[in-house]
Amino acid sequence: MIAIVDYGMGNLHSVSKAVERLGYEALISGDAQQILSARGVILPGVGAFGDAMQHLRETGLDHTMHQVAASGKPLLGICLGMQLLFEQSEEHGVHQGLGLLGGQVVRFRGSYKVPHMGWNRLHNTQNSPLFENVEEGHVYFVHSYHAIVTDSTDLLATTDYYQSVTAIVGRKNVFGMQFHPEKSGETGLKLLANFLKHC
Amino acid sequence: MLAKRIIPCLDVKDGRVVKGVNFVNLRDAGDPVELAAIYDREGADELVFLDISASHEGRETMVEVVRQTAGEISIPFTVGGGIKHVDDMKRLLRAGADKIGINTAAVLNPTLISEGAEKFGCQCIVVAVDAKYNVEWQEWEVYTHGGRKPTGIRALEWVKRAEQLGAGEILLTSMDCDGTKNGFDLALTAAVSDALSIPVIASGGAGQVGHFHDVFTAGKADAGLAASIFHYKELTIAEVKIDLRDKGVEVRL
Repeated sequence: MIAIVDYGMGNLHSVSKAVERLGYEALISGDAQQILSARGVILPGVGAFGDAMQHLRETGLDHTMHQVAASGKPLLGICLGMQLLFEQSEEHGVHQGLGLLGGQVVRFRGSYKVPHMGWNRLHNTQNSPLFENVEEGHVYFVHSYHAIVTDSTDLLATTDYYQSVTAIVGRKNVFGMQFHPEKSGETGLKLLANFLKHC
Repeated sequence: MLAKRIIPCLDVKDGRVVKGVNFVNLRDAGDPVELAAIYDREGADELVFLDISASHEGRETMVEVVRQTAGEISIPFTVGGGIKHVDDMKRLLRAGADKIGINTAAVLNPTLISEGAEKFGCQCIVVAVDAKYNVEWQEWEVYTHGGRKPTGIRALEWVKRAEQLGAGEILLTSMDCDGTKNGFDLALTAAVSDALSIPVIASGGAGQVGHFHDVFTAGKADAGLAASIFHYKELTIAEVKIDLRDKGVEVRL
């Protein structure tokens, strides 16, 4: 069973359905025991960083995420869920994240359209089991803030939006995707399937 | 670089697709869920469902259509039509829609844009604008109620206001070009795109492959929307995208 963490943020239904379509049982849950008993955990999220961390702390799920990461179980953060894996974000003030990966989440700055919204192409920066049989295709992004990783070995793929933008990160069993794999056609589903294969 | 998006639009009434759809091998030509899945496979970058149900029951049916569609497709989709309150938005987003389109209700009550943007994020709120050239003004005017009612509001002013209130995108329909198949309204689209820093989806007038190239270059649009030419298979999404790619426009193929 794959646990999809429910902490009151975002559209969990689409992620859950995508997991089921790939042949896995999905459980949307905010219960620590259920999450810890899953084979793999997905931390989704749409909304603001500060609100999300507050929800996680109030429910104690921040601690649960640390337990999942320490257990060696595969953990995947999607969109805001990926950003939460980092140490800090500057979205509406400075907020501490889960700190499972080193880095900062900063706003896009420049005279171009923000949010970065739409289909953009992935560039893999190193090999990862996530990329097995997946070409560097287009995936669907919607975000106004992006992550700057401290340790470049955590960076697995980038995309170009007036600069190189963090698209996929991973360290050991902890992964993050800035785009929505559940909304990214075949490429997104393949990436998600490769994550699930390791669960 | 961001790919230009190609977006088919389905008109849905009481849970059924209206305006004929001419696909072969369709089990049920009126089933929006099945059609959505086909467009996903054919390479659509997003979908728009326009709910034209007049009744409360019809709108309830739409929520179920959205729920089923979200389980079947792996591209984003927008639902518009008859949405008047933040609660309506919430139900559709919870059912699995990615974005909400608002048109008349936003003109009558612009705070609906800011309420929705604050609650669900700007990226969720698509403000749909039906615009028609007003010869006297030498500028475009906003129409509401499905294009039946002139508002006296200048389109360029309205889209800027919508952006300030938190709209994430503008779905811009040219009433002058809609249905003509003579191409998108390039002057209108470029004027709106130049005035804004949010994406613009151009709609109305697509009839040939080249029209999409025009709207992405001269029209400065971020996405192109069409209905009947795709439904009747006059053009396929792949044909449009290959033409764009060959002309150097970034697309997802």
